[in-house]
Amino acid sequence: MIEFILERYNYLIVITLMMIGLYIVFSRGNLVKTIIGLNIFQTSVFIFYITIGKVAGGTAPILLGGYGGGHGDKHGDANHGDDHGKGHGTVHDGAHDKAAYEQGGDAETADSIYPANDLEEAIRSAGNQVLNAESDLHNVPEEFADSANQLASDAGLIEGDTANQLSDTLHDTPSELSRSAESHANALYDGAVNAGDSHGSAYAGDAAAYAGEILYSNPLPHVLILTAIVVGVATTAVGLALAVRIQEAYGTIEEDELEAEDYKAEFGHPITEGGAG
Amino acid sequence: MSIAPGLEHLPALPVVIPMIAAPVALLMRPGTTPWLWASIVSWVTLICTIMLLDQVWHSGPIVYEMGGWAAPLGITYYIDLANGLVMMLVAAMASVVFPYARTSVEAEIDRRQIPAFYTALLICMTGLLGVAATGDAFNVFVFLEISSLSTYALVAMGARRDRRALTAAFNYLIMGTIGATFYVIGLGLLYQSTGTLNLLDLHEQLANQDNKVVEAGFAFIVTGIGLKLAMVPLHLWLPNAYCFAPSAISAFLAATATKVQIYLMLRYVFTVFGFEFPFLEVALNAFLILGITGMFYASIVAVFRDNVKQMLAYSSIAQIGYMLLGISFGTVDGVAASLIHVFNHGLMKAALFMGVGCVVLRLGSSHFLAFKGLAKRMPWTAWGLILSGLSLVGVPPTVGFISKFQLMEAAFQTSTFISPLLVVLLIGASSLLAAVYIGRLIYAMVLEQPPEGAEKITEAPYTMRAALWLMVLANFYFFFHTDLTVDVAHQAAESLICMSAGCGGAY
Repeated sequence: MIEFILERYNYLIVITLMMIGLYIVFSRGNLVKTIIGLNIFQTSVFIFYITIGKVAGGTAPILLGGYGGGHGDKHGDANHGDDHGKGHGTVHDGAHDKAAYEQGGDAETADSIYPANDLEEAIRSAGNQVLNAESDLHNVPEEFADSANQLASDAGLIEGDTANQLSDTLHDTPSELSRSAESHANALYDGAVNAGDSHGSAYAGDAAAYAGEILYSNPLPHVLILTAIVVGVATTAVGLALAVRIQEAYGTIEEDELEAEDYKAEFGHPITEGGAG
Repeated sequence: MSIAPGLEHLPALPVVIPMIAAPVALLMRPGTTPWLWASIVSWVTLICTIMLLDQVWHSGPIVYEMGGWAAPLGITYYIDLANGLVMMLVAAMASVVFPYARTSVEAEIDRRQIPAFYTALLICMTGLLGVAATGDAFNVFVFLEISSLSTYALVAMGARRDRRALTAAFNYLIMGTIGATFYVIGLGLLYQSTGTLNLLDLHEQLANQDNKVVEAGFAFIVTGIGLKLAMVPLHLWLPNAYCFAPSAISAFLAATATKVQIYLMLRYVFTVFGFEFPFLEVALNAFLILGITGMFYASIVAVFRDNVKQMLAYSSIAQIGYMLLGISFGTVDGVAASLIHVFNHGLMKAALFMGVGCVVLRLGSSHFLAFKGLAKRMPWTAWGLILSGLSLVGVPPTVGFISKFQLMEAAFQTSTFISPLLVVLLIGASSLLAAVYIGRLIYAMVLEQPPEGAEKITEAPYTMRAALWLMVLANFYFFFHTDLTVDVAHQAAESLICMSAGCGGAY
């Protein structure tokens, strides 16, 4: 229960301010105090709007980051790989396909010597190598492709189907690897010049994906409340101007005295004791 | 009908023209120029609104995207027959009252303030037209406050004749601001549960929602608008504000300000929330009770008022009761009757307040004593008042009869928790009360003698009499030519109710 309330403390503040403001408006006889009460009442609404626009952990709605620098780091990895894969992966894929199938073709005629779990181990080690390689940006994709091919040829002695599977997996791995490596290269490369070709669109996608990771607060309620603040200031100004004019015309800004004066003006005699209306 | 070239921006023009014209009036020299400028602007605006209504009538609702930004992201102006009619009413009243204002304003307001007066008047008109035109909920709030803030200033300008205008304006400011703030709170709650501010989009987003947040938002919005339109327990600001404002302002506000709020209430009740919203029935029942209470309470108070302007102000509150009653039926006929009365009451109250303005100009008072024997001293004004007074009571052949007839017909066809026959009888009874207070005025003007030794007075100037009689004749004209009011109102009501719950209504 207490947690439930504490989680919504912002609404508590809003409601408290709202009630304080309304109470001042209704209970105070002094016109200026009434206007101050009205201000507090309006302020509670401003806070209400601001809190409904706030997203927990969200930052101010300003576009962060930009094009160029900062793309090569780990933020963009997954996206870089995917996006660039579409644009650049094809040629490499084709080449590796060919290589892998040749290897596979050899494997079909050979006898099965290595047991299956050895195969798995081979794949795992290949994968580890790939991971290691991925972390290293300076390696050229072809090197990995070669090492992968080497692994594939190691598996060349395996029975047909398994060998095919293996070679597929292996051929996938290096091509993925080459893509990711290439994308890193591209990232460094593109930062400077290459905007004309398909990199351009890929980069727009990157920027959008990058922005999507940042949590923004909803800007609209804030904008609305800026307008409402302007309206509130205008209302206060008109109200205070009226209070000044009332002071000039009546010589007082106390509501009781004003009411007595107005009563006298309307009925021609002062309010009798206890019979104030 | 295709849109004529150059008129793509027609929906925005009625709001934009007075808005741009207002500051220009401030730069003019005190005298007749600001008056002439404001009058011309009001006529141009009237032509725009008539063209707009004609276009909506022939080719259906218009959605105008401000700056080319589409809803729900952008602000749109959504014009259908309901607000087309209300916009035309506002512009028409402005184009009659502004020319009328000249002599009256020169007599009642400090000469140096005249440019400021017409500036505020144009801004007020902008706000009222904006509330009617816009399809964006927050835009409604901004325009509400534009019109309200200028109204506070205009009411306070009556202080030269009676300093009580200042306290009236101050009370109006406090109540009006609380009302507007309530509206904003309700809107915040709705935004929280829908994420949109577009009125039509709100309707779609709210369709399947029924929770405490939406209900609270609904209650805040209805209370906020209720404060602005002087629904009965929330009406306290109105009598003094209308009573002590300059005569032209009383006429303009009585004919337009609360009418726009009635439209806004219709828009929220039927377009935004609609019959799928279970809470609506509670609100409609509340409108029924508050409407009937208002009809009687305000009429009875009006009978005992000695200031004619204050009497008419209370009468306005009673007439708002009729409009709320029409809404509470929740049927096409009921809403149509409400819209018809919005239009017709604008005609009769403008005429009555303009007549009283003529008396104030010549006799310096709107007290009943000043009206004694008026039919002999100022026959044109007196007979104008008598005829529009009869329209207020609902005597044929005046528009008042059309209003009452439509409302009673709608009442017979509904099944609210009060029996229809009783509702009809109550409408009749409150009309009798109107007959009593208008009868009291007519008795004073026709049958009583002017006070002994009263100096001879001249009639009001031609401009004022012409405007007054234009309105009086309109009260008769729209009895015989109901195609504008009744047909348009019925079509408008049908589209409102259709949007709300498929044709037929909930009851």
